[in-house]
Amino acid sequence: MKHPLGLVSFFATAIVIFSTAVTAADAGAERLEINRDATKRTPISLVGYSGEAAAVLRFDLEIAGFLLTSEEKAAYVLKGDNEGQVRGLLTDVIAKSIRLNKGFAGGSTRSQAHALSDAVVEAITGQHGIASTKIAFKVHNGPNSEIYISDYDAHNAKALTSDNTVVAAPCWVPHQRRLYYTTYVFGNADIVSHDLNSGARQVVARYSGSNLSPSASPDGRFLAMVLSKGGSPDIYVADADGGNARQLTRSREDESSPCWSPDGRTILFATKMNGRRVLATVPAAGGQVERLKIGAVVNPSEPDWSPDGKWIVFTAQMGGFHLYKVQAGGGDAEEICEGEDGSWASNSRTLVFTRRSGGGKRGLSLLDVPTKEIKDVGQNLGVCSQPSWAR
Amino acid sequence: MKRAIFLNALLAVALLSLTGTGCKKKLNTAVTPIPAIRVAEVPPNQQPEPPRTPTNLGQQRGQQFPPPALPPANPTGPDAGLTQTLPTNPDKGLTGGIPATPLDQIDGMNQDTNHFAGQMVFFDYDSATVKRSETSKVNTVGDELKGRPEVKLLIDGHCDERGTEEYNRALGERRALSLREYLVSYGLSPDRIRTRSWGEDRPLESGHDESAWSKNRRGEFILLLPPGSK
Repeated sequence: MKHPLGLVSFFATAIVIFSTAVTAADAGAERLEINRDATKRTPISLVGYSGEAAAVLRFDLEIAGFLLTSEEKAAYVLKGDNEGQVRGLLTDVIAKSIRLNKGFAGGSTRSQAHALSDAVVEAITGQHGIASTKIAFKVHNGPNSEIYISDYDAHNAKALTSDNTVVAAPCWVPHQRRLYYTTYVFGNADIVSHDLNSGARQVVARYSGSNLSPSASPDGRFLAMVLSKGGSPDIYVADADGGNARQLTRSREDESSPCWSPDGRTILFATKMNGRRVLATVPAAGGQVERLKIGAVVNPSEPDWSPDGKWIVFTAQMGGFHLYKVQAGGGDAEEICEGEDGSWASNSRTLVFTRRSGGGKRGLSLLDVPTKEIKDVGQNLGVCSQPSWAR
Repeated sequence: MKRAIFLNALLAVALLSLTGTGCKKKLNTAVTPIPAIRVAEVPPNQQPEPPRTPTNLGQQRGQQFPPPALPPANPTGPDAGLTQTLPTNPDKGLTGGIPATPLDQIDGMNQDTNHFAGQMVFFDYDSATVKRSETSKVNTVGDELKGRPEVKLLIDGHCDERGTEEYNRALGERRALSLREYLVSYGLSPDRIRTRSWGEDRPLESGHDESAWSKNRRGEFILLLPPGSK
């Protein structure tokens, strides 16, 4: 397949053109915004930006948990411009110190602005920003659907497939430019591995019956999936290329949506026990299936385990669809918001998920879990679902 | 004297501007331009262009889709597929069901999607149980297959939209498998029956009420004919 330069340049990021060292004298007392009350937005003011750069900075900082406000009310001021390059000087108003002085060139205005907001988030919170990350998702097109990838804000979207068939469940391989997804291009629900560097695709599971819900292990060496070749949809684990598939569950119930613990030792999935829909775990090396306690919440599915290992997000169906989170060891799940099919960003703080509105419409939204800030994204792409965040 | 003061002042100003100390730092204007890397973007009001991927897979140079692999359906051997393991009590978590038929026994056959249109089977919400009221239709399919040993069957399982997508994909497969198990108990060989799930992606009716949903929770039978036959 002819591989367009576009996909290579899709991953090109803006380059730092300068970064003034912040000396000890400037910094004053190093004041990391640990943000003990993470539910409170940090007030920040943007000065001197215009057009797309201003819009991107605003979006990125709001979804990162900041409150955009006037200079007088701000705890931080980011002052700069975006004439050709996006540059910014960040001052800490309270400590009266400079936190960073950076500019970015290369790439697009959007990628430059994303790079600057990442630098701001890192300078203030000490955490990596996610403004330059990517997501994959499914775009519906009448009876068919295709796999798309885009920036995390659904801009710069590119179709990875144009097979005029049904696709489902894209899943990024951590730290690799590779995706798994289900495709019906051969007349069956099969799982393929799609290399984004070369454009090459490889069938990894084409057993009789349905091959569903691929999920890459955190180290990218293994693949969990749901295969029905044994007579019922069950959880299997195989090598990344689909070889050496091992069956981990054997039940008459339909298992679905496996995901991995960040240490790669446990697989979490949806199933039924005694007629009730539950979430359950099984050791990736094989062993006992155990129910995950989630409290009084019913009809859970589509779990995802946060990269820091602490939280599990899942969809509960009680009337409509709602996202819930529960501590990884089990407990009383708490409702997050209306929506389904959440996928964690690498910061274990931001989620991308699907929201349904009336009449069959579905779209993607981002959520900052601590502040509950929500942003709808990708509205121009039509009906979208099943997002997967590259981690 | 005045000149010395003036010179000193000039020197002081020069020194101050060189060191640039003080609370307010100017934005660094010494920017080295780097040739911009062009990143294609989708204008906000347009659909993105599909990639220039040929739709005729397998025929293009460099296309890395190999011919579909045909792994065995059951690792314990080809005859194991004939064993029936029908559960007597579904809640006991008995192992699996009837292992799937190898694809090479069904690939290459011609599909007739209309032949059994009248025998579409409908399911209750979130259920894969074949209802008693639906069994006469399944018997009709079973009878025809008994009378035509050369044909085979593909069963498509579908769901309504009221579940999450992957949950529905597995439920659709469970529905198709339930119909297959029924037909095996009716006397057909499991080797003749293949299953497939479309989840909620191919509704029969596009409405968003129980009238539409009840029609979408279904199993469809597709007659498979040997190549070259009608």
